[in-house]
Amino acid sequence: MTEYFLLLVSTILVNNFVLVKFLGLCPFMGSSRKLEVATGMALATTFVLTLASASSYLVNTYILVPLEVEFLRTIAFILVIAAVVNFTEMVVHKTSPMLYQVLGMFLPLITTNCAVLGVALLNVQTGYGFFESVLFGFGAALGFSMVMVLFAALRERLAASDVPEIFQGAPIALITAGIMSIAFLGFAGLDKGL
Amino acid sequence: MISAIIALALLAAFFGLVLGFSAIIFKVEASPVVEQIDKLLPQTQCAQCTYAGCRPYAEAIAEGEAEINMCPPGGQQTIQAIADLLDVEALPLAGGEEAQEEPGPILAIIDEQTCIGCTLCIQACPVDAILGAAKQMHTVIAAECTGCELCVEPCPVDCIDMVGVEENIKTWKWPKPVNHINHPLPLGNFELISEKTAGSF
Repeated sequence: MTEYFLLLVSTILVNNFVLVKFLGLCPFMGSSRKLEVATGMALATTFVLTLASASSYLVNTYILVPLEVEFLRTIAFILVIAAVVNFTEMVVHKTSPMLYQVLGMFLPLITTNCAVLGVALLNVQTGYGFFESVLFGFGAALGFSMVMVLFAALRERLAASDVPEIFQGAPIALITAGIMSIAFLGFAGLDKGL
Repeated sequence: MISAIIALALLAAFFGLVLGFSAIIFKVEASPVVEQIDKLLPQTQCAQCTYAGCRPYAEAIAEGEAEINMCPPGGQQTIQAIADLLDVEALPLAGGEEAQEEPGPILAIIDEQTCIGCTLCIQACPVDAILGAAKQMHTVIAAECTGCELCVEPCPVDCIDMVGVEENIKTWKWPKPVNHINHPLPLGNFELISEKTAGSF
């Protein structure tokens, strides 16, 4: 139980996907201008990441490894993730229109997010089992969500503050992201302490 | 090599089949009634019906949550059209006597001397009929303005007035078709005629 907890904490804080591993930066910069949008994106990502790590583990273990075609991993994972997400989108649209409205267009968009493929590939590289893979994906998504919400809140404050003209817009956002990243590197020590 | 091709092809075929079938199984029927009501609405997205736009209002009507008489830009014609479509009684336009009498077409006019160029009315306009830029004077494109009055509220200096359109050779339009509520059909005459014609058969 403790090791699962450790895995979760380390993926959320120590090895944060956005700020430490620098994956999934496009939604991080692109859809963090407003808090609501960022929250929607974070929810959709949580959903997709968990699902993608589970399904890609299954495909890798039961199809790619027995057939000895591991070199197809990347393309097979992309295929699996895209198909699963599309399928889920249809099911959600049919069964829960409310949830569909919240996640909406973010669901298909997130499919091409590098964090999703990154999680699936890292799972295989580290040799996680099924449950660990799912937990890893979920933890990565939680970390992503947390950073998304924090960053969106920061940017909402930034929009109202007096930023020098040359730093307005993307520059100050990038600087903020950089400072956040440095702050998150401080969690590296947490790993040894635990 | 061959096994790789077969594996990927089978995987792709499997997912293709699953997605294809689930597209049929999980098909969401967009209610055709909503589409039809939406088509009858004027699409000004003015939100005077208290819904976010024409489509949400159409959905609310279709679900029976909203009355059909809450669309001021559409006026009595829209109410009549929706009533015909849904086969319900046409209601007078919500908002009492005042809204009932149609004041004729109105337009927004910006007093350009007072305008400070804040662009707030541009954001409010649902049909992009206001032209201008930040700190530049704005003006209304008369041909595009629907007279929805949404720009009046956000103006910080109250420089927007709603004025009636003067009827001249350029703005004259054919009168709108007679509607059933304000001018009920002359039933008496109709009976009279049918009595007359009845004898001849």
